[in-house]
Amino acid sequence: MRIFAKSLKGVVNMAYTEEELKKQLETKEYEYGFYTDIDSETFPVGLNEDIVKAISKKKGEPKWMTEWRLDAYNIWKEMDEPLWSNLKYKKPDYQGISYYSAPKNKPDLNSLDDVDPELLETFNKLGISMDEQKRLSGVAMDVVVDSVSVATTFKDTLEEKGIIFCSISEAIKNHPKLVKKYIGSVIPKRDNYFAALNSAVFSDGSFCYIPKGVKCPMELSTYFRINQAGTGQFERTLVIADQSSYVSYLEGCTAPSRDENQLHAAVVELVAMDDAEIKYSTVQNWFPGDKNGKGGVYNFVTKRGICHNRSKISWTQVETGSAVTWKYPSCVLKGDNSIGEFYSIAVTNNFQQADTGTKMIHIGKNTKSTIISKGVSAGKSQNSYRGLVKISPMAENARNFSQCDSLLMGNNCGAHTFPYIEAQNKSAQIEHEASTSKIGEDQIFYCNQRGIDTEKAIALIVNGFSKEVLNKLPMEFAVEAQKLLEISLEGSVG
Amino acid sequence: MLEIDNLHCKIDDKSILKGINLKIKKGEIHAIMGPNGSGKSTLANVISGHEDYQVTKGSIYFDDKEINDLSADERAHEGVFMSFQYPVEIPGVTVTNFIKTAINETRKSKGLDDMSSSEMLKKIREKANLLDMDSNFLSRSLNEGFSGGEKKRNEIFQMAMMEPKLAVLDETDSGLDIDALKIVANGVMKCSNDENAVLVITHYQRLLDYIVPDKVHVIMDGKVVKSGNKDLAKKIEVVGYDWLKKSK
Repeated sequence: MRIFAKSLKGVVNMAYTEEELKKQLETKEYEYGFYTDIDSETFPVGLNEDIVKAISKKKGEPKWMTEWRLDAYNIWKEMDEPLWSNLKYKKPDYQGISYYSAPKNKPDLNSLDDVDPELLETFNKLGISMDEQKRLSGVAMDVVVDSVSVATTFKDTLEEKGIIFCSISEAIKNHPKLVKKYIGSVIPKRDNYFAALNSAVFSDGSFCYIPKGVKCPMELSTYFRINQAGTGQFERTLVIADQSSYVSYLEGCTAPSRDENQLHAAVVELVAMDDAEIKYSTVQNWFPGDKNGKGGVYNFVTKRGICHNRSKISWTQVETGSAVTWKYPSCVLKGDNSIGEFYSIAVTNNFQQADTGTKMIHIGKNTKSTIISKGVSAGKSQNSYRGLVKISPMAENARNFSQCDSLLMGNNCGAHTFPYIEAQNKSAQIEHEASTSKIGEDQIFYCNQRGIDTEKAIALIVNGFSKEVLNKLPMEFAVEAQKLLEISLEGSVG
Repeated sequence: MLEIDNLHCKIDDKSILKGINLKIKKGEIHAIMGPNGSGKSTLANVISGHEDYQVTKGSIYFDDKEINDLSADERAHEGVFMSFQYPVEIPGVTVTNFIKTAINETRKSKGLDDMSSSEMLKKIREKANLLDMDSNFLSRSLNEGFSGGEKKRNEIFQMAMMEPKLAVLDETDSGLDIDALKIVANGVMKCSNDENAVLVITHYQRLLDYIVPDKVHVIMDGKVVKSGNKDLAKKIEVVGYDWLKKSK
């Protein structure tokens, strides 16, 4: 069934229950639930001007950066946490969080041998050991553990092409002009509550600059990871693709299991200059909380890219983790003939809540955007798609195609779609398709009859449902993403 | 191979099968006929282990083992296959991926490793040829947008791939034109041998011209009311079921 609608909003409940399986599956624990005891240096809890200054000082930042942070802090102080999302959660105590945590021994690393063995162990548990990653088909890694980059690989190869790929802290020191020009240019400090908070206290993150006409020869990759009890995580990423350049950037996360909620408020800014293309892919698997809804990461992320003439930004995300997700990777299609794309799979299980989607802001002429969103809800979770397609008065011949599909498992979950369309130019063509379906008992029986058990059948059906998005991921990620889908769905029938 | 003993079953408190007895030996082809609502499809589903159908009395034995308590996937692992009357669509899952998963899950249940890709591919090509299927069919989403004929051909393709001991064909002829019917029936006959058995459920005699049964049973109101050879099917084609009602 496919519903054509300009606006669709709904909660769907249905009855597919298998008590036995439910019990069996709910005992499934978070696969990456462990805690690595790395000696960290942690600031006292709370946030004030002194803490902001201390963070900046700790990182040896220039004065302009310190002032930029303080300005953001003062903006944030005056702001209120947004309430419009379809999320219910206990507001984090922003004065009860420590805003800086870095592995103590931050050495200058020449090889993996110099890396803290315990840290390597952590990566081994995650199955993403640096060693392995180094060998893997040219994936350069900038590893962020608890906010500070501790190792960067493949730097030399990239340097030859003039590509800058480093931590944002390094970039502030070594490439201040670029950072100063672009940081906050796509997502201003006062954009929203979490962006302002991030701007004040961001601890580290990645920076990437692709020079004119350069096609980045490898997928750039960053693994984020929350690792310190009670530490907020405030990543800041800035990717600049200069004229006619191309880059594919991968970001993947897994977080260890912790009891208290952890706050994650990242900001990602992308700048695609004329004729440039940026592909930004995310696999997000922060700790989702246990089966009773205890614990889990609060993931409040602001991601936005600006497209200049004839450029293209493509967001692809696989969201399986976090207790609460608030995330809308967006494209500002400022340049004529620019293209924005958003491909998303969001899986929620148990008590997870996701409010995610995109914003496509059409400003230039002949701009095009595509939105493919796949939501899978199971357990008692709530999964919302929220998207805005805005056609400004100047955007002649803008086109948008949106497709939002929801798949439900069990009778206690919810799928919601909130598409907003604002068209201020008559030449705009906007299409919105939405469908809601549930995994049918007849589909399961069909699989069973062919010797495929129910759990495997669900994985198969969900992978099929998500295929259009999975296909958009780079190969290295597609396999991992499929694995993640299966892991998060192992507790899915209820 | 299959022995059904005084089988009673109900769905949503409605009795459908009321004492079915049936014995199928290795190498045999049996046909079940009967008017609408007589319990034919129910029988197929009960043999396959559909959970909506509750067995209230009687037993199903497969290879001398009672399988009443086995789940559908376990029965499939034992070698029971059902060709569905209305095969479901699974969007995004290709025919190839589906059959690969089915075969490897079945192998896993027997402690075997996955079938190698080359072997799998060879087998897929061989069986696809048997059913006159072109290769782009194999990369389409399972049953999505398939015509009635393609769906049924795909069912028999899966049967050929799975090599079951017992194949239950539930109205495999419905929705097929005569050319497709011949291809499908020939496919079934080529897979049939001394070691396996086929149970054909059909409304019409015409399928039995191509899948020639050793025995024909007529089900009415949840019971086998008459058994015979293939001439019984021919007689029904001409005179219908009414005479069986009267003779009851």
